[in-house]
Amino acid sequence: MDEFEPQGIENKAMNMLDLPTRRDESWRYSDLSALQSVWPLPAPVRIDVAAGEAAHHHLLQDAADGATAVHDYVVTVADGARCDFHVLNIGGQLGRVTIDVTLGRGSHFELGGAILGSGDQTLEIVTSVTHAQPDATSGQTIRSILSERATGSYLGRIAVARDAQRTDAFQSVKAMLLDRTATANAKPELEIYADDVKCAHGATVGELDKAALFYMASRGMDPATAKTLLLRSFVAGVFDSVADEAVKDRLEAAAIAKLEAMV
Amino acid sequence: MLTIDQLTNEIDGKAILKGLSLQINAGEIHAIMGPNGAGKSTLAYTLGGRPGYEVTGGTATFDGADLFDLDPHERAAAGLFLGFQYPVEIPGVSNLQFLRESLNSQKRARGEKELNGGEFIRLAKEKAALLGLDMDMLKRPVNVGFSGGEKKRAEMVQMGILDPKLAILDETDSGLDIDALKIVGAGINAIMRKPEKAVLLITHYQRLLDYVKPDYVHVLAGGRIVKSGGPELALELEREGYSDVVGAEVVG
Repeated sequence: MDEFEPQGIENKAMNMLDLPTRRDESWRYSDLSALQSVWPLPAPVRIDVAAGEAAHHHLLQDAADGATAVHDYVVTVADGARCDFHVLNIGGQLGRVTIDVTLGRGSHFELGGAILGSGDQTLEIVTSVTHAQPDATSGQTIRSILSERATGSYLGRIAVARDAQRTDAFQSVKAMLLDRTATANAKPELEIYADDVKCAHGATVGELDKAALFYMASRGMDPATAKTLLLRSFVAGVFDSVADEAVKDRLEAAAIAKLEAMV
Repeated sequence: MLTIDQLTNEIDGKAILKGLSLQINAGEIHAIMGPNGAGKSTLAYTLGGRPGYEVTGGTATFDGADLFDLDPHERAAAGLFLGFQYPVEIPGVSNLQFLRESLNSQKRARGEKELNGGEFIRLAKEKAALLGLDMDMLKRPVNVGFSGGEKKRAEMVQMGILDPKLAILDETDSGLDIDALKIVGAGINAIMRKPEKAVLLITHYQRLLDYVKPDYVHVLAGGRIVKSGGPELALELEREGYSDVVGAEVVG
């Protein structure tokens, strides 16, 4: 930690009274006019997971139509601890979730995030994960489904400090566009100062499989049922690791309700 | 049950079917054979309503309704089943979920009562057993990781569960070894050989017809039916080849 100053996203933006601009990388794809109504932002929510502990957090961001919802988290995961975070980002005109994580020795951070956007929504998940100590692992799985003119963005920065050997991190980002007018942004960003490091990242953008849709129709499934089933399978898995069954049910029910409204 | 009259179609502006006529009555099994590129799969997909298979002329009447007026899922609800030469893989969707949604969609469309979970599982078990398919296979995603033979058996389980009036089976025998061919053939007979049902088998080879005996055999070449006959026609084709039976100029 001595030689390495983690530059979390909030550190850059939080204390400034001026609105950010699109030149600021972490705001590049955002809806700045929607942001105005809530600016300046309150201090981020702090989550500190003590050494050896395991913590589960989730956020169901389903703000009302037209609202602006920005949720900022600063998370520290101490040595040997673990933090599982699940995010369902579906509401508001602008729905933005930022998570700034610093990992201690041998700790683990896991993020499962789903973005389901329609209309003119801008929905974002912005993460900064700093592997500050050796032997920490992190995993981020993000699935986005976007229709009409919605924009869904995942910006994920991973920083590995000079001493943080044997870091193992992955980012898996997949987006599905239901209309050609929708936009998906996926931007993994790696900053690595250690040499014994594994950082895997993959990003894909696709459309619904037409062959599968015809196969389903040929068996009698109406188009809305077929699309919903395919989209459910696309986001399935993101919430598999939610430990609390009631929370899992609530997240899945909210996701299905939004999907059914989108197809 | 199905009357096709002077059907013509196009794919990407290219004419494939060029005036195809065929009459299939309840209780009959018809086989369509033909050389590669004759339009066999195109006929199956066109009757199933696959996007991109544009009908440019002619009619198809299914149980009194204009088939081409119906969307693909409505054709299925009306009792049409299309067996795919290459069944599609759908990761993340289990066979059971896929089939229950399909069957209940059909039942909703026909104004019938939907099956609940228990009723559906009983039905699925019965039909899977008929094809010698393990119930565990049905819990797996649709066709994902299935061998060629397993895919075709799974298709026949689907047919058993959906219980169609008319099955159009596009090269259901391809990719099957002789044991699997016997099982699939027996499955087709058990499910579809009934006075109120009919089958259109599309195949390259005579061998499936050893197990599912057709009442009529047709030769499709150049987008038309060029010759029709009884089961003996298939044997003649097998023995002498398409060129000798219908003429090299027809086969092209």
